[in-house]
Amino acid sequence: MSELKSGSNLEKVLKAGHFAFTGECGPPRGANIDHLKEKYEPLKGMVDAVNVTDNQTAVVRMSSMAASALLVQAGLEPNYQMVCRDRNRLAMMSDILGAYSLGIRNMLCLSGDHQKFGDHPQSKNVYDIDSMQLISMVKKMRDEGKFLNEDEIDVPPKMFIGAASNPFGDPFEFRIYRLANKIAAGADFIQTQCIYNMPKFREFIKKAVDMGLTEKCFLLAGVTPMKSVGMAKYMKSRVPGMDVPDEIIKRLQGVDKKEVADEGIRIACEQIEEFKEMKGVAGVHLMAIEWEHRVPEIAERAGVLPRPVI
Amino acid sequence: MIVADRKPLVEIQEMVANSRKILVIGCKGCVTVCNVGGLKEAEILASSLRIGRNKNGKPMEIDETVLERQCDPEYIAQLKDKVGNYDAVISMACGVGPQFLSEAYPEQKFFPAVNTKFFGGAVQHGIWEERCAGCGTCVIHHYDGLCPIARCSKSLQHGPCGGSSKGKCEIANDVVCIWDLIVRKKMEQGRLDDLRLFQPAKDWRTARDGGPRRSIREELAS
Repeated sequence: MSELKSGSNLEKVLKAGHFAFTGECGPPRGANIDHLKEKYEPLKGMVDAVNVTDNQTAVVRMSSMAASALLVQAGLEPNYQMVCRDRNRLAMMSDILGAYSLGIRNMLCLSGDHQKFGDHPQSKNVYDIDSMQLISMVKKMRDEGKFLNEDEIDVPPKMFIGAASNPFGDPFEFRIYRLANKIAAGADFIQTQCIYNMPKFREFIKKAVDMGLTEKCFLLAGVTPMKSVGMAKYMKSRVPGMDVPDEIIKRLQGVDKKEVADEGIRIACEQIEEFKEMKGVAGVHLMAIEWEHRVPEIAERAGVLPRPVI
Repeated sequence: MIVADRKPLVEIQEMVANSRKILVIGCKGCVTVCNVGGLKEAEILASSLRIGRNKNGKPMEIDETVLERQCDPEYIAQLKDKVGNYDAVISMACGVGPQFLSEAYPEQKFFPAVNTKFFGGAVQHGIWEERCAGCGTCVIHHYDGLCPIARCSKSLQHGPCGGSSKGKCEIANDVVCIWDLIVRKKMEQGRLDDLRLFQPAKDWRTARDGGPRRSIREELAS
């Protein structure tokens, strides 16, 4: 195992060569710790790290840092998400220090959904720095022990740095270069957007392998099981940058109404089986949106249990 | 140029609801070019206000005039014999106009008739689009003459984000993803390597973030 940058469980699992399996937990729309607990409890022992989303879809929720810290207390490893929409560089660096001091060791650096989609479309959008610059900033803080202004940090935060990649955004031809840029900026691992169009993803990952990108960075393929035909249609038509082939919708429509969710999980498990064998894929990031309680079942059916303990 | 939209008539009517003698001042600068605040529009606004008041049985006296530019004290000074005679003076210039007027004539109440929106130009007759954010440090040469600071909804310096779809921005179908244009132009011209370069965090001190700005030309100011 090469030298550890952060010592996070996720880093150890990946560097030991295991097929990683990460989950996700959206903090509650309030200070309801019990609700948060309901969401993270089923993930215990099922995943290597839990992404804690940062006001996802620009809707106000409990802060991702606070929720991540609560996960740490509960014995789960968070992957603390941070978006560029809501904070300037001062707040970001300050939060990174705070997060590290609370035991958070993984970070996912994101641009963030535009606030126009959210529950406070009147708000100012910050975007002082972008996701590429955020990745680079976290790396600088970790590796050089310096803030952006070159001042020394008294105990630098050692984060395992994550970034997102959407292989299905346009222009498709450029996506691989954007991934390469994020790796060059300092991403240690990548979690992709939800994958439904497998042929397109195979093309993408082949390019990544050919360019040597998957040697430099761990790539986790994004999987979100469809809960209903309505969800599939919504994701196809309403979520920007999402590519849901008609075959997926047809397959869900082809089963009895009571069986749709099960079929969604079956599709996800088939994908995970393929990712396990796919060159360049180091793991799966399962985004079971508001379906955390089904994660144990999905993990079981996907054959990713037990999770390695290192 | 500076692009503005006329405020809704109701909003202007409410602003001057208690005024009996009103002056509407147009501007021959940008707002004339974008058909919102020139002499013609000043006359239309004055007529609309007059008709509205007459209908409500509260007639008033209203005059209109136009200045060469409302962002220049030299032209503002031309109003010195006029402004004291009105209860309310409505400026149809961009946000600069009513401020220059207020500064020159502190006793007079001024009201804005337009919402100042952006620096841009007409892309077709009747449609204007933003092109510049006035950030104070132009970087468009990095992006083949296309500005992501002004034209990307997230001002990304390393785009496009995951929400770019079929050339459109994630925020709306009628908003162009400027990063899609930048990338396609670079690819067509075989200069994709330009987009492999890392752009450091932008210094926003020259933008509004650094506080209200001034531009001093020593050779002219002295």
